Amino acid sequence: MLGDFMPILVLVCLAALICGVMVVGSYVLGPKKVTPYKSSPYECGVMPLGTATERFPIKFYLVAILFVLFDIEVVFLWSWLTIFKDAPTDFQVFSGVDVAVYLGLWIVGYLYIIKIGALDWDEATSLAPEKLEASATVAVPAQASNQEALA
Amino acid sequence: MSQWIEDIAKGKDAVLFGIHMYGPGVLALIKVLLLLIPALILVPGLIWWERRLLSWMQDRIGPNRTGTITVPDNFPIKGLRGKKQRTAGLLQPIADGLKLFLKEDITPASIDRKVYFLAPAIALFPAFAIGGTLPWGSAYLPFGDAVGGIYSLLTPVANVDIGILYVLAISSLGVYGVVLAGYSSNNKYSLMGGLRSSAQLISYELAMGTALASIVLASGSLRMTDMVRVQEQALWGVLPAVQNWFVLTPFGLVGAVIFLICMIAETNRAPFDLPEAENELIAGYHTEYSSMKFAVFFMGEYAAMFFFSGVFAAVFLGGYNLLPLNYEYLATHGWNFLGQDMGGFWRGMAWFNYWAGPAIFVGKCVVGITFFIWLRATLPRLRYDQLMGLGWKTLLPLGISNLIIVGLWIVATKLWGIGGGWAAWAAAAAVLVIIYLNIASLSKKDEMAFGGRSVEMKDPSPRRTVKMVDPNKV
Repeated sequence: MLGDFMPILVLVCLAALICGVMVVGSYVLGPKKVTPYKSSPYECGVMPLGTATERFPIKFYLVAILFVLFDIEVVFLWSWLTIFKDAPTDFQVFSGVDVAVYLGLWIVGYLYIIKIGALDWDEATSLAPEKLEASATVAVPAQASNQEALA
Repeated sequence: MSQWIEDIAKGKDAVLFGIHMYGPGVLALIKVLLLLIPALILVPGLIWWERRLLSWMQDRIGPNRTGTITVPDNFPIKGLRGKKQRTAGLLQPIADGLKLFLKEDITPASIDRKVYFLAPAIALFPAFAIGGTLPWGSAYLPFGDAVGGIYSLLTPVANVDIGILYVLAISSLGVYGVVLAGYSSNNKYSLMGGLRSSAQLISYELAMGTALASIVLASGSLRMTDMVRVQEQALWGVLPAVQNWFVLTPFGLVGAVIFLICMIAETNRAPFDLPEAENELIAGYHTEYSSMKFAVFFMGEYAAMFFFSGVFAAVFLGGYNLLPLNYEYLATHGWNFLGQDMGGFWRGMAWFNYWAGPAIFVGKCVVGITFFIWLRATLPRLRYDQLMGLGWKTLLPLGISNLIIVGLWIVATKLWGIGGGWAAWAAAAAVLVIIYLNIASLSKKDEMAFGGRSVEMKDPSPRRTVKMVDPNKV
């Protein structure tokens, strides 16, 4: 039933076994002397503040969504990619035009996300451009103002 | 002599070792062990090699002491007693590994226990499983298209018809280990490291997929052995003496560069090691891990480097072939060098190439890893927006353009011959360069915004106001 994939199953089982032995082995072999300081989260030697499950920038979510969209769009191409080279010329021309249209839509979507700044990691421009203008100050030579500050 | 070698390879070799007589289960186990045992032996060796090479590049010596063998005083041969034999520190990683096993395994109190213990295993698992479809020896005998010989029985572990998809699927599992480790540790640094890593891995996976897709389009098969076989044909379809390694073709070179960059990013190596940027995130996702669990992440990284180099070698560098030369063609159409018939020499080279295949393949992997180490010693770390920009705004459009160009090239070659193919290639490249430049100009606006920005930092005390102004603006 498994056919060609049976060795893969063996490989996967052995790889999982190695990983399991590594993790369990280190848990079993090492000494354990638990103290409250050791078992608190590491924050550079300072008492940890709040929990770690904090809010994080929505950019990560956005990247994940875009990844799913674009990856699925490439996934649809794989079967076509495999048969294209050895296919009859008629099929190559017609399916080539089809795929060109499909990739054209892909590119339009791509241009759209670039244009709305979904991939800009500088939040000042992509999320709130008005903040940028509000915080813009008159340019003063950096060195001079630093010298003033020191004086 | 060479006749004897040919006899062995042509069918007697399998009999020699009796391998063909085993059932599929035993054969599968042999194949898997032939893949995993060298990997397990090579990983400590690679750690040693990285430490030594980095040391030399930084004008240091590196670990060279561990493993000095002193012959004991009661040794039978008198002359050898008290002699010392150095092993150049090769045993250092093994000593480190043993030490790590015996170190305290600190388990923080507020973690998500199940996920916390599962995460290192999940991070290591794909690194070992990824080599399942890699061919490390030729399934075809020299001189002829017959499948046969010892390597056709032993490699790859599974010659499945979705070889390259398997590599992509398994390599994308690696992100789970990293994200789960960061999430379960209940540490802010771990969480940020895990998040960064997940965003980085998925971004570069897209470009990696497109780079491999263009090669699949050019080779017409997802099977890894076929992809190597295609590379043994005539270069560009016109030079029969030279092999058509994809790195020697224009679209393959673009694909190789994209794949190389993505491969470095996928293994979290410098200059893409932002998930573990130690000066801002302590150690990133493995901050809370200690003892061997900590080292398991590194083992995973090195094993992944090794196998990714293997994929690169198989897909772009002609796999197990030493030089991009068609020995069979040269043997039959060989030049007469200084009046000497070179046919015998090329025949010998063809058989050497066949038998040394596994060593050549491992050699290519080691060269790949040396390249990784060289990059780590050379390049500084990228900024996060540069990293995402490189993945999404440079490599992804480049990969898709490459895909379109390969498709056009295939159709045009079929319709108008080799000249049509090259013309289509040039025209498509010109159009796509223009499109790419337009895309690049679209994303220029945020750089302008960066340039015009000035930040004012105020201290509560009235006298100290520091203004930081962009010097380009002044």
